[in-house]
This record gives sequence, C-alpha cells and structure tokens, in this order.
Amino acid sequence: MVTLFAVFLLTLLVLTAIAVVQTKNLFVAVMLMGIFSLLMATVFFILDAADVALTEAAVGAGISTMLFLATLALTGEHEKPSKKGPWISGLVVAITSLILIDATFEQPYLGDPMAPVQQHVAPWYLEMTPELMDFPNVVTAVLASFRGYDTLGEVFVVLTACIGVLFILSAGPGAPNPKSPRIPTAPSVGLRHHLIPRVVGKLLIPFIVLFGLYVQFHGEYSPGGGFQAGAIIAAGMILYALLEGEKQALKVLPQSVLIGMVVGGAMLYGMVGVVGMLMGGNFLDYSVLSSNPVSGQQIGILIIEIGVGLAVCGALLAIFHAFAARRSVG
Amino acid sequence: MTTVIDILSWVLLLAGSIFVFIGGIGTLRFPTFYTRLHAASLTDGIGTILILGGLVLQAGWTLAAFKLLAILVFLLLTGPTAAYALANAADMSGMKPEENEVSEVEK
Amino acid sequence: MEILGLYNYWAYVAVLMIGFYAVIAKSNLIKKLIGLSIFQSAVFLLYITMGKVDGGTAPIIQAGVSDQIFSNPLPQVLILTAIVVGVSTLALGLAIVVRIKESYGTIEEDQIHLLDHKS
Repeated sequence: MVTLFAVFLLTLLVLTAIAVVQTKNLFVAVMLMGIFSLLMATVFFILDAADVALTEAAVGAGISTMLFLATLALTGEHEKPSKKGPWISGLVVAITSLILIDATFEQPYLGDPMAPVQQHVAPWYLEMTPELMDFPNVVTAVLASFRGYDTLGEVFVVLTACIGVLFILSAGPGAPNPKSPRIPTAPSVGLRHHLIPRVVGKLLIPFIVLFGLYVQFHGEYSPGGGFQAGAIIAAGMILYALLEGEKQALKVLPQSVLIGMVVGGAMLYGMVGVVGMLMGGNFLDYSVLSSNPVSGQQIGILIIEIGVGLAVCGALLAIFHAFAARRSVG
Repeated sequence: MTTVIDILSWVLLLAGSIFVFIGGIGTLRFPTFYTRLHAASLTDGIGTILILGGLVLQAGWTLAAFKLLAILVFLLLTGPTAAYALANAADMSGMKPEENEVSEVEK
Repeated sequence: MEILGLYNYWAYVAVLMIGFYAVIAKSNLIKKLIGLSIFQSAVFLLYITMGKVDGGTAPIIQAGVSDQIFSNPLPQVLILTAIVVGVSTLALGLAIVVRIKESYGTIEEDQIHLLDHKS
C-alpha cells in the first residue's frame, strides 16, 4: 500500500517538475515549485526521514518560494522564448539519462538492509546514541555531536551566504537609500487594508513561533532541531512582515539584531567547541562540559542547537529584508 | 464497539475523499476563476472536516487525535482566508465575475 | 515488488534530468536557478532513498521497544543541513540575478551576451 502511494507521489513529482520547466510564466513556475517541495517533503516522510521532511516543508515550500517571489517583483515574471535550439541540450540530457538509468541497475533495491550504505557507521550511531547521549532522536545526535564538524561548517556556509547577499544587495542603483526614505508602496504597507488575512495571520503568528520553539527545544526527543526551528520562526516573522509591512517588522527585529543573531549563533557554536578544548577535551567534544559525560553531551547539543537556530533564523530574515528593501529599477 | 467506530471512520474517510475528488474535478473543469475557487473551497471545508474526523476516530483518545484536531482548527482558519485572499486579489486586479465568464468560456 | 525496487532511482534520474535540462537549455536566469533547485532536490531524493531500510521507521528510538528496525540516520543528517544551505546559496544566486537585472535591464542570457559584445 505504502509502495503504491510512493510510486504515485514520485510520478506526480516528475510531472510537477516537467510542468515547472515547461511554463513560460515564472510566477506559475514558482508556485509549482512550492507544490514540488511539498510533494518532496511527503516522499521524504514515506522514506522515514521525518526531520528532513519537516525541513523541506518549512524551507522549500515556505522560504524559497518567498525568495523567488521577492526576486520576481524586481525582475518581472515573463520568460522570453529562448532562441537557441533545444536539440543539442535535449541530446545531452538524453545521453546522460541513459547512462544514469543504466547505472541504477547496479543499485541495491530500495530498502535492502544488506546495502553497503547500511553497513558502515550507521549501526554504530544507532547503537551508541542511547549510551552516549541518552536521548531518542538519533538524527539530532549525529547532526550535533557525532558529525558536529560538518554542521559547524554548514552554519558558516549559511553565514557566508548571508553576508554575500547583504553585500550584493546593499550597493548598486536599486540600493535602499537611507537619506530619502522611499514612498510607501504597496508591499511596504503590507496587507493593512485587508482585514481578514491580517486578523487570521496575526492569530496564527504566535502559534507558528511557539511551534518553532517547540521544534527547537524538543529536537532531541522528536523530529526537529535548530535548522527546522530557525526556518519555522523565520517563516512566522516573514508572515508578520507581509501583514504589517516591512517597516513594522524591522521595528520588531531590526537588521542589526538579525546580523547579531547570525554571527552570534555561529560564534556560540564555535565557542562550545573552544570551551570543550579549554576543559581538556577535543574540539566539539561535549562530554567534558559536565562531570557526567552523558549530561555534558546533552548540554553541548542543546547549546549548539540554539546557536544553529539563531544563525539560520537570523540569516533567512536578513536575506528576506535585503530583498524586500530593494527598489525596483527601470 | 471498535467495529462500529472503524466502520464510521471509514465512512467519513470515504465521504471526505469523494468531496475532495469532486473539488479537484471542479477546479480543473470549471470555466472561470471564481467558479474554480468555489470548487476548491469544497476541499477546504467539508473535505477537511470529514477526512480529519475519520482520522481522529482511527486514532482514538491519544495525543495523535489532539494533534489532528489542532490541524483541523488551523486548516479551517487558513483555508477560507486563503480563498478570500485569492478572490480579493483577483477582484483588485480587475477580474469581475460577469465579464470574465463570457471571455474565458470563449477561449 | 522487485520491479518497483528501482522506481525511486528512476524518479530520481527523471527529476535530475529535468532540472539539468532547465539549467542548460533555458536562457532565463531565474528559470536556470529553478532548474538548479530541482536538480538539488533530486540529489536529496537519491540520498534519502539510499537510507531507507525495509520495515524501518524514522530513527527515533522509542523507550521500552526492543528490536526495532531504523532507517539510516546518516543520509538524513547530510540532507537536512544541505536543504538549509541550499536555500542560502539560492538566495545568493537570486541576489546576483537582481543585480544583473539592474545593470543590464534583462535577465535573458542571450541578450546579456549581446550587450556584452556591443560594448
């Protein structure tokens, strides 16, 4: 039954992807991308990846749709028909697909417990998590502790991307000019005149933020953690900015605070590692943080998850405001 | 007792699926924007209530049932709001129900 | 079921190639970025597919339940972080597109080439 459902969803996924590439209207393409992400999240859930499904739903369907729409507002939504012949690209794609399809026949079947990927460190992680950390969510344990270096790197990639976006979008002809505040146009006033979305939206925002905090602090016991929580809370704040206008949202969380959150979150993560080193352990080895290695691990994971949450939330909101503050040129 | 609840829940789930299916057909087949919106609201309203109701009966008195009820409340709040926002946006961009009906049917 | 054992991989190849086609055949820069997102999602699908174990559940250990089968947590961790990193890099790409639009007045690749050759 589940297999049937999965086949149906995967087919739908492929069809949606074709529709996205086919359409000439970029606005439609972005909306279809939202559907694509949601389908992808469902597929992830069927494949037992609850944490990943949560992230994909919050980031793929929420934040990246928002970013695409913000860009379309500045660049226009119609794609001009391409003059170059699709034949050569079609040929390249066809040959590559044939090679890849041929390669899939070498793959182990879906769900094969003897597949090479299941033999390496994964059983060890599953076995050692209750012993070393004493909490149930193995994904959080691997993310924050066993592969803490990896995650630290990812947080710094997010930080770097955020810095890059802020640099690129704070210069040039469309840069927001602090001296002459722009005339409040439709997006900056938000949906103030639309009573129903505003009332319902404001009703939902506290619940969204609360759910984000739950995902943040319950990440060791149920699907969740800093990455998902950061994305969910950022989505809640973006909803607030859409309803009340960007100005009001910047009053609640000014850009300086957001940048502080990004840098502070990344630094917090790094500092936990350094403190561990000063206390006699290795970098990002949390067992020395407390007299009991297990509670040390738990403390370390809790703190770095907070760092991740702050960094992701701050970065996504700073990026959103950088796009929203941009004026349309020409 | 369990059999009765089981049958009841399946009836609810099936009825909900039928409504969602009809809503889907309507969204595809209706000629104009506003009529399509009307068909889609079928999915939002009765379809959601019936399907989630059926699932709550399946879950019994557990935490899952509470979560499903919370989802139901949120969907009942956001669904109509989204429909309103869509209709409002269409109205503001100058799409009036009467004019539009003729022109799109001709297409 | 044997024949369906590879269906996930075929879906992965199809989605990957659709994204690839959008990147190389479309000249609109935003469409290229959309294609890149699709491509990226396909890679995520491949990783998550590899981590699935028959009869497994999400890798969250329930207390008091012994001999459960869990899916592989490692690909899930890699993809979880990759999704968030993916959206940040997507934002960087979109920011560059916005600047290109301001400087060239268009986001169509062929027109940008034309403008470049004129000057």
